[in-house]
Amino acid sequence: MSALLQIEGVSKHFGGVNALSEVNLTIKAGQVYGLIGPNGAGKTTFFNVMTGLYRADAGRFALAGTPYEPSSVHKVAQAGIARTFQNIRLFNAMTVLENVMVGRHVRTRNGVWAALVRHRRARVEEADTRRIAQHWLDYVGIGELAERRADTLSYGHQRRLEIARALATEPKLLALDEPAAGMNAAEKLQLRDLLEKIRNDGRTLLLIEHDVKLVMGLCDRITVLDHGQVIAEGAPHDVRSNPAVIEAYLGGGVHG
Amino acid sequence: MSLSIAMTQPTQRARIGLVLFALALLLAPWIAGQAGGNAWVRMLDFALLYIMLALGLNIVVGYAGLLDLGFIAFYAVGAYLAALLSSPHLLTQFPALAAALPHGLHTSIWIIVPLAGLLAAGFGMLLGAPTLGLRGDYLAIVTLGFGEIIRIFMRNLDRPLNITNGPKGISSVDPIQLFGVNLARTQDIFGFRVPSVYLYYYLFAVLALLIMFACVRLQDSRIGRAWLAIREDEDAAQAMGLNTRRLKLLAFAIGASFGGVGGALFASFQGFVSPESFSLNESVAVLAMVVLGGMGHIPGVILGCVLLAALPEVLRATMGSVQQWLFGQVLVDPEIIRQLFYGLALILVMLYRPAGVWPASREAAR
Amino acid sequence: MDIFIQQLLNGLVLGSLYALIALGYTMVYGILRIINFAHGDVLMIGALIGLGAIHLLQSAFPSLPNVVVLIVATLIAMAACALLAGIIERVAYRRLRNAPRLAPLISGLGVSLLLQTVAMLVWTRNPQLFPQLLPLDPIEVTSGDITHAPAITNMTAIITVVIAMLVMGGLLLLVERTRLGRSMRAVAENPQVASLMGINPNAVIVLTFAIGGALAALAGIMMASNYGSAHFYMGFLPGIKAFTAAVLGGIGNLKGAMLGGVLLGLIEALGTGYMGELTDGVFGSNYQDVFAFMVLIAVLVLRPSGLLGERLAVRA
Repeated sequence: MSALLQIEGVSKHFGGVNALSEVNLTIKAGQVYGLIGPNGAGKTTFFNVMTGLYRADAGRFALAGTPYEPSSVHKVAQAGIARTFQNIRLFNAMTVLENVMVGRHVRTRNGVWAALVRHRRARVEEADTRRIAQHWLDYVGIGELAERRADTLSYGHQRRLEIARALATEPKLLALDEPAAGMNAAEKLQLRDLLEKIRNDGRTLLLIEHDVKLVMGLCDRITVLDHGQVIAEGAPHDVRSNPAVIEAYLGGGVHG
Repeated sequence: MSLSIAMTQPTQRARIGLVLFALALLLAPWIAGQAGGNAWVRMLDFALLYIMLALGLNIVVGYAGLLDLGFIAFYAVGAYLAALLSSPHLLTQFPALAAALPHGLHTSIWIIVPLAGLLAAGFGMLLGAPTLGLRGDYLAIVTLGFGEIIRIFMRNLDRPLNITNGPKGISSVDPIQLFGVNLARTQDIFGFRVPSVYLYYYLFAVLALLIMFACVRLQDSRIGRAWLAIREDEDAAQAMGLNTRRLKLLAFAIGASFGGVGGALFASFQGFVSPESFSLNESVAVLAMVVLGGMGHIPGVILGCVLLAALPEVLRATMGSVQQWLFGQVLVDPEIIRQLFYGLALILVMLYRPAGVWPASREAAR
Repeated sequence: MDIFIQQLLNGLVLGSLYALIALGYTMVYGILRIINFAHGDVLMIGALIGLGAIHLLQSAFPSLPNVVVLIVATLIAMAACALLAGIIERVAYRRLRNAPRLAPLISGLGVSLLLQTVAMLVWTRNPQLFPQLLPLDPIEVTSGDITHAPAITNMTAIITVVIAMLVMGGLLLLVERTRLGRSMRAVAENPQVASLMGINPNAVIVLTFAIGGALAALAGIMMASNYGSAHFYMGFLPGIKAFTAAVLGGIGNLKGAMLGGVLLGLIEALGTGYMGELTDGVFGSNYQDVFAFMVLIAVLVLRPSGLLGERLAVRA
């Protein structure tokens, strides 16, 4: 398995605060990779730097061997990293299906001329977009909700919709920002099943999560951040018994 | 806002609606003419121009969510272009030009209208570009500023070179000639005497229909979805790979081009242009039509136009007589009634029906 | 040199007015993050109410000295506009606190139109003569010579600047030294937390609008006194320019609004003055407003946080 995502030496400071110091991260294709750490460790900052929302002070980024400049969010998405948001950001006034169809935007071409004239190729692409979007809805298990308005869905379903939308962009890496946030135990189990399914279908996943139990059960490898620095990296069982990690979580043992 | 107007598979209801609409469009001037004479038909002509404008603004505000308060500037650009290209003004200012064109400057409407659209689109991108990174309210104020800047320039570009003739405006603009028919004159058609206002009505109706068609097609397309995504959540849209800068510029350009086309038609219809037709109040009036009708929803926008353009005129006619009967004179100027309506419409709609009087229906709702 | 002094003086008067108006915008934006589009028209209503009050006082008490008439009329107008601004907040903005961003903007536009309509109904569209109750005799600031006219000002202008400075100083005192001011600052920073401390955010917000309205009325009357007329559209341009000034200084920041106002006034006066000189009057005061808009666009695009930095409330 080759390195899909290779990030080295990322540093970022805000005013006097060093949010990130020399952070490295390497994800191999097909892995489920976890990024954890106590509050304020810099996980979200790293995520935002990686996806182009913030500009790093230093760092080298490469996706599938090709270096990329995380200078603009949409270019990062075009390069193949799709992300979801901690507080679920859907296109509320659009239907569930339309949300996922927007996910197809980056892999399709219809422009103004195609819209006005609707020539053959345009119609084919539009039909494909619809079909593929429906496929992803079925994949995450909310296929029958296609015509509902996005903001009428339950929280758990909204999260699935967001994941379906991200998958529709055909990403090389699916990056999820606290996907289990706000979920009860039952919803977390369902989420875990979905993420397992995505992993079993060969996708590469990066997960920021607070729910350590979820992370330990799902991830192949984990990086632990604290105060903007990497304090541990490795397989779950190594990380969980690492004294520095336990210390970082306030010495009270890692609770899930 | 539903995108699924389903033009791909028109339902029975949609078909009937379309037929009724077409019928209404065809017969409207005759009905209006019966009720109020040529003045009312003229009002319908203006309503159609407003519809073109409102549909243009609808793309910018309703689809892409950009509150452009200077939209009337594009109308002005189209109008002045038409005026400059088909009136004696430039010839009086530049004798060399007059010598080169002994028959006068009478550019055909077939050239003016597309040119106006293109020029306005260019301005749209020019004025939109600096606003791309601004948040909603700042964008509103900056576009307002641009609109005012254009108006001030129109008012003052009579020195050192007299291009726009300043506050006096440009008059003697050629009326529209189509296939040799002069629309400013009453014409004999199949034995009927058709007054000029009716001729203009049908021309404007055709163009309005074309613009409507373009809007419907755009709405239900990859581009339309992209705009709507930007309106709903620009950050999420970017995260999905949408080049929001380019898409916003596109919205500005296309919306502006409709405004420019409307402006060119307006100049030829009215026969003169002056900077005072293009003030902030006009921008707000068009915004009121879009907002009242239902942002992003085409039938709603048309309804908004008709209501806001026609209602004050209707009221003026009726209230005029009522006031005469009650007070022996007309106390309240119709212009004031019009503005009262616009103000109330904006406030009440925002407070009680923010999706508009006729928002897109959502079978999806529950 | 004289044109410099003259335009400096003009700019100070203009700037003081902009500063007063800008305070209203900046306070509202700082708490609610909305541009109160109706603010400029509150200024206009203030000027016109002042006009009415002056006429009333002069006909009811003809022996009253001019200064007293002006003061009383101004106070009446300020009270009226404070009330008006509070009503506007309650009716047009309160319901829209959690609505999408465009909603209060559009509602504000509607209020602006309504106010103009009311003004048109009561005072007609024509400019109304505004009695200039303070002396207008020119006061030479620099002596002229054969080639240059002396730079002049007058009592009205001087009093305008003085009053504006006093009022602004008073407002700063209120905000920084009193308990009420502390409450205002608390709500301006974080309405949620302020309410947990026992402060009623709605009351503070209404008060903020009211103060802004009173200041606008004051500015309106001073404007009308300086220029001798008032009409239904007089609030539009000063409103936009004052908002520009607020952004220039740093939106939400009181001192920023004052600085921005004075600065904008100076830029406008000096800019148009010199441009007029340079182009022999071709590009002169008729492009005056373009200056303000250019500044607005430049600030918003290049340095949107303004000169002294933004102060915005933390959103839920």
